Amino acid sequence: MTLKLGIPSKGRLMEKTFQWFADRGITLRKSGSDREYAGAVDGIDGVELVLLSAGEIPRELDAGRIHLGVTGSDLVREKLPAWDSRVVELAKMGFGGADLVIAVPDAWIDVDTLDDLDAVAAAFRADHGFRLRIATKYHRLVRDFLRDNGVADYQLVDSQGATEGTIRNETAEAVADITSTGETLRANGLKILSDGMIHASQATLFRGRRKDWTQAQRDTLTRLMAHLDA
Amino acid sequence: MTVDASRDTWARARAYQDVLTAQGAVLTDADYLQPADTLLDLYGEDIRARAFTTQDPVRGEMMLRPDFTVPIVQQHMAHGAEPARYTYMGKVFRKQEDGGDRPTEFVQVGYEVFDGTDRAAADAEVFATLAGLLKDTPVTPATGDIGILRAAVQGLNTTPARRAALMRHLWRPRRFKTLLDRFCGLTDTPTSRAALLAQDDPLADLPPVLGLRSRDQIARRIDALRADAAADPISGGERSLLDALLAVRETAPFALTALRDIAVDLPSISAAVDGLAARLDALSARNIDVDTLMFEASYGRTSMEYYDGFVFGFSADPALNLPPVATGGRYDALTTVLGGGTGVPAVGGVIRPALVAAAEGAL
Repeated sequence: MTLKLGIPSKGRLMEKTFQWFADRGITLRKSGSDREYAGAVDGIDGVELVLLSAGEIPRELDAGRIHLGVTGSDLVREKLPAWDSRVVELAKMGFGGADLVIAVPDAWIDVDTLDDLDAVAAAFRADHGFRLRIATKYHRLVRDFLRDNGVADYQLVDSQGATEGTIRNETAEAVADITSTGETLRANGLKILSDGMIHASQATLFRGRRKDWTQAQRDTLTRLMAHLDA
Repeated sequence: MTVDASRDTWARARAYQDVLTAQGAVLTDADYLQPADTLLDLYGEDIRARAFTTQDPVRGEMMLRPDFTVPIVQQHMAHGAEPARYTYMGKVFRKQEDGGDRPTEFVQVGYEVFDGTDRAAADAEVFATLAGLLKDTPVTPATGDIGILRAAVQGLNTTPARRAALMRHLWRPRRFKTLLDRFCGLTDTPTSRAALLAQDDPLADLPPVLGLRSRDQIARRIDALRADAAADPISGGERSLLDALLAVRETAPFALTALRDIAVDLPSISAAVDGLAARLDALSARNIDVDTLMFEASYGRTSMEYYDGFVFGFSADPALNLPPVATGGRYDALTTVLGGGTGVPAVGGVIRPALVAAAEGAL
């Protein structure tokens, strides 16, 4: 049985992952044409490359259909409840960095902290008759963060893209979104709360639970880790 | 759950319900699917981490009932007349997002009393009824009273805005303490707030206003922040009393004495403490041994959001690591929220037969 390694199938994340493994003596490449989602591995035996969407990698790892996977640490935390009992971080890879943050309009000069956000949420609900809306696609991470910090009287509204625009469109009052430089937020007239950092994400190599692994798969992981640690 | 265990659970549930109907409770029921709006309005976004959500093409977002209390109160407020006593039996559904192996659906039997003639007597009736169902089960009761905490906060010598902020977070002890520390002047004003308030006219260079929150609402909050900054801190003496109150954890007679002592300097709690004394008398009248009954002032503060008076739970041996076998309390304010402004005094409790079996070592 081979060890299946899941890698994002597209774009910079894939290229940087290939480079990261190459720096450690393992060559990953797409086999056949550029449009084909099949891969090959050189430099180590017993590892099979599987190319798939970064967003599906947490689920596939959890289901045991792949054994190792590269994806954003934010996606694992968002998609797997109690993630740290289901997958293990093997290596933080040092790229794909992005922060999940809470941002509000620049004009909210009275709001800089979660404490302010909570007070404004209470007043907003009293004024408007509904709970202050925060647009995000990271429901679990945002909800857990706000609960841990005692913020109440808000609601999450789903936004799968162009989240920064929801406030201008009056479908949300605040956003919780991924940003690497903050540029898009600033360009849309938004500022980040000073204590509104929910998670600093980066590309990470994870492994799933080993309970159904064969001895050969375990040995392959040991050899792989020797490469990665070298 | 095995077939045998399931049979045992339902048999116990029916036996409890027979007792409750025999003492006059009216059998009632609730739909499995409840409108999500009502639950979200009551509990906030956190309910999504606890309740299963599904979608109805016509009615919109629905939740598998996480408890019976809300629909039973709605039914009563719409059609019921006081006094009323209800019982229900059925499954409730809770997500276990922390990945634990606790069940996501379990059978509950409930008893709810809508009767304002004598609150202490109604509290004691619900407690004693559940205690009766558990008379052969090795469980230990604990009690508390959210009403005493509420009275203490409402009586603080500070601004109405600060009292309202503390009341709002009574259920979130960490947030509550952070707020209290700031209102007591124990923590510094955040630098961003100090800088804002140092400006003569913070609105002069206001960036373009985006979204529904208006310039006027921003201006009003700045006024509120100025008023808050000008308010005197809550005194160290009041803070000590509040801390002493939250720490009360004794058998009921000693707790009552301790609370009476605190009430000398914090008279706002006197009426609520009188209510506790009356409840203990009513419990004694129902043959509950109040001399050994635990009273914890902070009981139910993290888990029982809609209770606003008497709260209680019956727990098995801690070594078994079970949730409370039975819980309940008074929820007058919930009836006001669900009744559209008119409320009725209400107290109730639930028992979980599968946990009773586990506590008895029957499984």
